[in-house]
Amino acid sequence: MNARAPWREERACAIVAEHRHLRGSLLPILHALQEEFGCIDQAAVPLLARELNLSRADVHGVVSFYHEFRRTRPGRHTVKVCRAEACQSMGCDDLVSHIERSLSVSLGGTTADDAFTVESVFCLGNCALSPAVMVDERLYGRVDARRIDAILGATLAAETAR
Amino acid sequence: MTAFEASNPEITVYVPRDAAALSVGADEVADAIRAEALKRGLPVRLVRNGSRGMLWLEPLVEVATASGRIAYGPVAPEDVSTLFETGFPTSCDHPLCLGPTEEIPYLRNQERLTFARCGVIDPLSVADYRSHSGFRGLERALSLTPAEIVAEVLESGLRGRGGAGFPTGIKWRTVLDARADQKFICCNADEGDSGTFADRMIMEGDPFLLVEGMTIAGIAVGATEGYVYIRSEYPHAIATMREAIRLARAEGWLGERIHGTEHTFHLDVRVGAGAYICGEETSMLESLEGKRGMVRAKPPLPALEGLFGKPTVVNNVLSLTSVPVILEKGAAHYRDFGVGRSRGTLAFQLAGNIRRGGIVEKAFGVTLHELLYEFGGGTASGRPIRAVQAGGPLGAYLPESQFHLPKDYEAFAAVEAMVGHGGIVVFDDSVDMARQARFAMEFCAAESCGKCTPCRIGAVRGVEVMDRIIAGDSVAKNIALLQDLCEVMTDGSLCAMGGMTPIPVRSALKHFPEDFARTPDRAAAE
Ligand SMILES: Cc1cc2nc3c(=O)[nH]c(=O)nc-3n(C[C@H](O)[C@H](O)[C@H](O)COP(=O)(O)O)c2cc1C
Ligand code: SF4
Ligand code: FES
Ligand code: FES
Repeated sequence: MNARAPWREERACAIVAEHRHLRGSLLPILHALQEEFGCIDQAAVPLLARELNLSRADVHGVVSFYHEFRRTRPGRHTVKVCRAEACQSMGCDDLVSHIERSLSVSLGGTTADDAFTVESVFCLGNCALSPAVMVDERLYGRVDARRIDAILGATLAAETAR
Repeated sequence: MTAFEASNPEITVYVPRDAAALSVGADEVADAIRAEALKRGLPVRLVRNGSRGMLWLEPLVEVATASGRIAYGPVAPEDVSTLFETGFPTSCDHPLCLGPTEEIPYLRNQERLTFARCGVIDPLSVADYRSHSGFRGLERALSLTPAEIVAEVLESGLRGRGGAGFPTGIKWRTVLDARADQKFICCNADEGDSGTFADRMIMEGDPFLLVEGMTIAGIAVGATEGYVYIRSEYPHAIATMREAIRLARAEGWLGERIHGTEHTFHLDVRVGAGAYICGEETSMLESLEGKRGMVRAKPPLPALEGLFGKPTVVNNVLSLTSVPVILEKGAAHYRDFGVGRSRGTLAFQLAGNIRRGGIVEKAFGVTLHELLYEFGGGTASGRPIRAVQAGGPLGAYLPESQFHLPKDYEAFAAVEAMVGHGGIVVFDDSVDMARQARFAMEFCAAESCGKCTPCRIGAVRGVEVMDRIIAGDSVAKNIALLQDLCEVMTDGSLCAMGGMTPIPVRSALKHFPEDFARTPDRAAAE
């Protein structure tokens, strides 16, 4: 489940304070902010620029350079489908089409019920058990259409079980 | 069948915690074994080991017996009750029983130096690591001068396992000879190449080995601080490395005055953020400094002006994890493996459409044919192998006629191919090589750092040209255009991202021209 706390300036400042002693602290801070708020909120850019003595353009440049950092809040779960060569050799393109069709969403988008944000990634390090998918931080191997339906179903079921 | 130690009624059962094993249900299998043992009142001690690297057999369950470990796999959670019904864990009568783990040909026929402990020990037990000769390399290093350590690594013939194959000893000597108030060791654990997972597996299965290798590097060059830069796609490896560093520090293997000596080494994990280019060493250094991962021009070499401008060793995980055994057993022992100027072993990774995917650690000189058929057993789909991509997304596509090639840096370079990080991705005869060439361009367009035009713009043009070829539109003209584009990218790019993307494209075109010979009718029919 993605953490998606609403933006709070005090909380963001506390996160910055926790990590600013690190060398090259901007990336660790961005990771920590995204872990709390689900994305890098627009308000984070001026705050980080001020706190770390950088220009807004510098901060924005870093946020936009890395694929991992999002600018908008994701759905409750993130589904990362590997689209790199080893997974291609085992049919990940069909898997992607199946997911897009069955969830009525395209890569990069979030389902209408806000349950899943579906993203493509290049390699999850599970290339001997392709196709590979990661749902939140759980890795799955040998994923076909049937298996992804079961995995996503179980992900939702686990939500209501809690 | 097997004799179990009568004196020790507790039975040790191993279920891997490796991410690949978890991806096919290892946690569920571990839970089922725990529950079933409890129900039957059997004294089972469960150890969550790394993976043995026979990934098609995951989850691979092992039982410790007096005559060695017995393997079962692949075990599904629903197999667990029938396993116990047939006498598991004290007898091996189930169809899933594979006999002694070490006798499985895939494992028996390997030469494991770096992966010797992976899957054998509890990855987060310093005691287990020690009892399997862990930290012996570091102990020896602590008794040597820095110059002696560097000489040992140089003599071993070890070359960088991250891709470029640069001699590790020479890099270390450059950093040792540099004068500075501060030096760094940076481990490149960005492992972005499709078809590679050896860095991940060793970090999850034997993390103290990386701690040991980096500490030796620190002592060798006079660096007191190190970073492991791990890609964000590897949450399990990140957690395991962080815990291993904490444990090593608690037991005096890291930190101030290591085991009472005058040597100090601090180690920290940093996490990438989904950028393939950050595997390029200067881009990684920028990222570690908290910046965009823009590639730096070389010179200056990172060895002289690296992290925060200080002399820095940048090495791949597999380079650093090869060092402890070199120090422990001596350079000659390591050097005795391999051929020509490719010394030692490499952990090859069999990936994609392969029946028996996993890690095969072999001395250099093994042929692709042996890896693909004797170890790999052909494709997973049962169809013929048509192409393999060796050495990651910037590596060549090779046809069957080149499978006799020995895995050796020079032999591969001679045919414009790459050993790289040892990844081998297999495709069966349903592959469309024009689409693979298109993907190489698409990948470059998505992952370019943007510093140079031939890479940033060239790759986008490359996708467009490939789209026209695939559509059967003026094919001959567009292939000529593609060749020109490849030349511009090769000659005009600052780093290998733009500079080597033409390799998969050109090799696909050269070896599989029939896939490019399209007509509009054929495109319409598809
Ligand atoms: C685009 C690109 C991506 C790279 N990715 C990696 C990587 O993921 N891991 C790695 O160790 N080296 C990677 N390299 C190679 C590094 O630049 C560098 O040569 C290596 O980390 C040096 O360590 P070694 O000598 O131990 O191999 C990459 C190079 C390029 C050009
Ligand atoms: S070749 Fe591409 S990735 Fe490399 S420096 Fe140039 S733009 Fe960046
Ligand atoms: S290519 Fe998909 S997991 Fe590596
Ligand atoms: S380095 Fe600037 S255009 Fe190539």
